[in-house]
Amino acid sequence: MPPREEALRSLWRFALIFTSFPVCLMAGERPYFVTYDHHMEEPGNLEVALNPVLGIPKNGNGFLGGTTELEYGVKGWWTTELYLDAQTTRRDSTVFTGFRWENRFRLLMGEHWINPVLYMEFENINAADKAMKEIVGLGPEEEHAERNAETRAEKELEIETKLILSSNYRGWNVSENFIAEKNLSNEPWEFGYAFGVSRPLAMAASPQPCNFCRENFRAGVEFYGGLGDWHRLTFSGSSQYVAPVLSWELANGITLRISPAFGLTERSHRALVRFSMSYEVPGFGRRVRNLFP
Amino acid sequence: MKRAIWGATSLAVLSVAQIALSERKVQKANANASFVEVPVVAKSWQNPYAGQVAATLAGKKLYQRHCAACHSQEGRRGEKAPDLRSPVVQKAAPGTLFWYLKNGNLRAGMPSWSRLPDQQLWQIVAYLQTLR
Repeated sequence: MPPREEALRSLWRFALIFTSFPVCLMAGERPYFVTYDHHMEEPGNLEVALNPVLGIPKNGNGFLGGTTELEYGVKGWWTTELYLDAQTTRRDSTVFTGFRWENRFRLLMGEHWINPVLYMEFENINAADKAMKEIVGLGPEEEHAERNAETRAEKELEIETKLILSSNYRGWNVSENFIAEKNLSNEPWEFGYAFGVSRPLAMAASPQPCNFCRENFRAGVEFYGGLGDWHRLTFSGSSQYVAPVLSWELANGITLRISPAFGLTERSHRALVRFSMSYEVPGFGRRVRNLFP
Repeated sequence: MKRAIWGATSLAVLSVAQIALSERKVQKANANASFVEVPVVAKSWQNPYAGQVAATLAGKKLYQRHCAACHSQEGRRGEKAPDLRSPVVQKAAPGTLFWYLKNGNLRAGMPSWSRLPDQQLWQIVAYLQTLR
């Protein structure tokens, strides 16, 4: 069998296995890639996600960055996440670029017009990181043109904070994130933002089980970019993106997301294409607890 | 690189310990359903899908997707979730259940389902009221 045909058959097999997981639950993943809303992971559940991003820079080689994400609901109001970052660059190399540990805390317990969430993240990454989980300062695009061998030697220990404001109204979600990041070495605070709006394609669910029902799809758009640093606040001088988003929640608990992002300023990459596949493991905390009777 | 890998591994081990400890506390909470926090006005809200078979079926589908992992497929009392067939739940007004689903009880481990549109929450309420 020709290699191409064999690869196609493998892909089909993978897709079949992928879509025939046993039905279990779950909560929908937010449709955004950069913007956070106020919804937390359900307590005791673990979500595993792969988030690759394909970068098409104006200068330099194309790359595939990405994160492996482990998200756990500690409490109804507290979610913790561990990210492992890696990237591969065309005509260069593949490198592990570090990890991030983030915590999100809901500040108000009930549902309000505006729901604030406090976000704290510790990053231990190097300058070769191309996950582009958020954009701060002027943006990381200039570093992306350098070779991995040079950038990976540059360590970045950073603290990142976000104020997440999110509202739901008649099925729509509107979320705004204000980002402040500090490299723990002697560098100034850097700022960024993300804004997203989305809604499901259908408000009411259909009675029959289905994967292609409109209520399983959520569409929207997000804007994100840097705002400069403590010494120089700028909007047009930093990288900015606009990105339509689409998420598809399958009945077996898997959520797929896709988002092409387009650079709006001179500093931005020409385009980014983000994908995500996530799967939620219900009652993970209970299973771990049972290991320690 | 080695330091980053060690850091990530230590963090993972710490997280597992944290998960095991936090889960013990979660199970103690939320043993019984209680609607103390629900505002009185919510009781008067009527379910627009009341009595509609299609909505109840849709509610069942949503329940199985979002709720059954904690509350079981039949709505019986789980390890960390109350019995949805209990008189407290079954005698509650539809608006009370709707409000509770939307807001949750985050301290007790019940998540907020405000991410779902109101229509889907009402469909779940319609199904919950058939569990008795």
